[in-house]
Amino acid sequence: MLEFLSLRDGGEAAELPAVTLEAFSGQSNSTAVRIEPGEDARELLPHLDRVALVEVNFPVFGDGRGYSAARILREAGYAGELRAVGDVAVDQISHMVRCGFDSFRPDKPLDPALVEAAFTRFPGVYQKTVDPRAPIWAQRHGADHG
Amino acid sequence: MYQYDTYDQAMVDARVAEFRDQTQRRLDGQLSEAQFRPLRLMNGLYLQLHAYMLRVAVPYGTLSSKQMHMLAHIARQYDRDYGHFTTRQNIQYNWIKLADAPDILADLASVEMHAIQTSGNCIRNISSDQFAGVSADEIADPRPLAELLRQWSSFHPEFTYLPRKFKIAVIASQEDRAAMRLHDIGIELVKKDGEIGARVFVGGGMGRTPMVAPEIRAFVPFAEVVSYLEACLRVYNRHGRRDNKYKARIKILVHEMGREEYTRQVEEEFAHMKTLGLDPPLAELERIAAHFAPPPYETGLSDEIDLSDRDFAAWVSTQVKPHKVPGYAIVNISLKPIGGIPGDASSAQMDLMADLAEKYSFDELRVTHAQNIVLAHVKKADLYALWKALEEADLGTANLDLISDIIACPGLDYCSLANARSIPVAQKIAERFSDLGRQKELGELKLKISGCINACGHHHAGNIGILGVDRKGVENYQLLLGGSGAEDVSLGQITGPGFDENGIVDAVEKATNVYLANRTEGERFVDTFRRIGMAPFKEALYA
Amino acid sequence: MNILTGNDLATGDVIWWTGEGWSIHVNDAVDVGDKGAEIAQAESAARRVNEAYVIEGEKDNEGNVRPAHIKERIRALGPTVRLDLSLKPADPNAGNWVI
Repeated sequence: MLEFLSLRDGGEAAELPAVTLEAFSGQSNSTAVRIEPGEDARELLPHLDRVALVEVNFPVFGDGRGYSAARILREAGYAGELRAVGDVAVDQISHMVRCGFDSFRPDKPLDPALVEAAFTRFPGVYQKTVDPRAPIWAQRHGADHG
Repeated sequence: MYQYDTYDQAMVDARVAEFRDQTQRRLDGQLSEAQFRPLRLMNGLYLQLHAYMLRVAVPYGTLSSKQMHMLAHIARQYDRDYGHFTTRQNIQYNWIKLADAPDILADLASVEMHAIQTSGNCIRNISSDQFAGVSADEIADPRPLAELLRQWSSFHPEFTYLPRKFKIAVIASQEDRAAMRLHDIGIELVKKDGEIGARVFVGGGMGRTPMVAPEIRAFVPFAEVVSYLEACLRVYNRHGRRDNKYKARIKILVHEMGREEYTRQVEEEFAHMKTLGLDPPLAELERIAAHFAPPPYETGLSDEIDLSDRDFAAWVSTQVKPHKVPGYAIVNISLKPIGGIPGDASSAQMDLMADLAEKYSFDELRVTHAQNIVLAHVKKADLYALWKALEEADLGTANLDLISDIIACPGLDYCSLANARSIPVAQKIAERFSDLGRQKELGELKLKISGCINACGHHHAGNIGILGVDRKGVENYQLLLGGSGAEDVSLGQITGPGFDENGIVDAVEKATNVYLANRTEGERFVDTFRRIGMAPFKEALYA
Repeated sequence: MNILTGNDLATGDVIWWTGEGWSIHVNDAVDVGDKGAEIAQAESAARRVNEAYVIEGEKDNEGNVRPAHIKERIRALGPTVRLDLSLKPADPNAGNWVI
């Protein structure tokens, strides 16, 4: 069972102590920050050059604000590690990857076989997001779109 | 109508396989109910009052005969031989076994159907106008955009765990047959400088805090609609309330934030979204639109209808509407026989309607938000034969938009959220007004019943609305007057203290008597109410 | 009396705790006293019931059980508008019992 899952090259966890968004914005030593559901990921944008790890917390799986937070960071060009932590289940991780997450530290370990199935199950995607997958509409209309 | 290509089919097939695995994991104990519940809901499977209930999506309400036959097959094979058409143009089955659900989804996938996102806090089935493509006053067929949005919203990675459910309707006529402004997002196709685009309303809805959606943007070009909706949804996903499920719908956000501030945030997000290449090329919308090309209508047909059979003439006068092509008509099939269950159809009725669509209406049917069925392209010369066939199957009731054409939610007979039964009230009212002549004398009168405050029966939008409540363990019914879900949208007002089951039937009759006594030439019930106000009705009801 | 009820996990049928197992007939229900939550947990874990919960009711001298709330009485009978699908299809007045 997987306590930690990384899709980044190398795969090791960046074991940096993540500080709160407020603490991070106020001082310059940290390179890891943790975003809670109610917090504005855009506050991080001026500081992206010194961030190596962003943890996005999902206290309960049904609170989907972290999906927007992740996508906003990637849309702004953040290329460091983006980790989903908390109530993260195998049934959510493929959507999380599409929003830009590339590592996971779930409260409950993940079954590697189910992880594999989750990533390979759907042959296509209907939307363009921040992952490299070409949406179905782009495939229909050739490489000049999307 | 739209047909899946290999991409669409592969997505739906993958979803069936995924749900089969998830169901197996639940049945063998790997998943708890807490873990499984959101997964089954995303596939339309509820645990209801008597059993599991499956809600199957009918995208924008349009069905082929083959698909309707499959719905009949599912009713026979896996349920108790009937289904219930809903106010969101879907169908529900009430007696599903969990172990059968994956097989049902596989059967649906075999005819390009699914139950994806018919529940859960995600973007639900997109609804539309049942007269799409055939009404004379429409700007363009709204269904290609609805299909584009169906695909965009399916498995959307950012918007699957929204604060609450999210309903979108798309229309293209002045006349609103889809309660567009009572949706989380309502889209009306409009023309600007010769270009067709979307006029967008955000933040409508019923439930315990009914609101009519304000306009947020007068025109969004088709080429940017996806970006614009992503912006609308992102502002909602980030800022919609999650502390109280009764305040979590987007209408509350728009109301509390204010329309101007919500609009400002959407515009800001939209400016950003437009740079990301999220919008499909117009060629994609054109590809979809080609599937909705008009069927091969015959030309030179007569518009004459032989009305010498008086029962047939009565049916024609209520159920048949003008079609934009000479010689053709739109036929509304009532699922509201007097004393029946609004929206229910047996498998035999579904099969018959499918056969009749194949024979008389280019193989296509539509489900309406008023829980009826439409055959959109019937030759006037075929109307009599069609009516005869419908009559024999108890589908020939002539009551469209009359007082017995009642919208009713399943209520406490089926629903675990309900506080009171809706269906028996609908049956008693229909029986009280069973005389068709009397109904016609009352004219257009939309009566809508919900069994709880969630308002699945659209009581706020009824000319006469009824809300079932629980008063110390006893069913009680509040009366509302003056609502409308059409282009003259308005929310009904509560008359005063509620009534018991027989009392509410009497109260409805008294309200109609006030109307008859006060109406002027050509006034509908709702017009009279708007003119004379609540006072005369209250006086009659509570004297 | 306190009655334990829920739905059969696989079929979805409404079921009532009989002291030894589950029955679709409410008259088989027993008073679970304050043991409802405990039984519910064990039976849920064994996957014999789904979404179990305790309701109030009473038993008359003839052994007929009547749940206190109308919603549970409709669950016990079936839809009042489709008595043919209820547990008393032969009794046209069965619906009166729920009121």
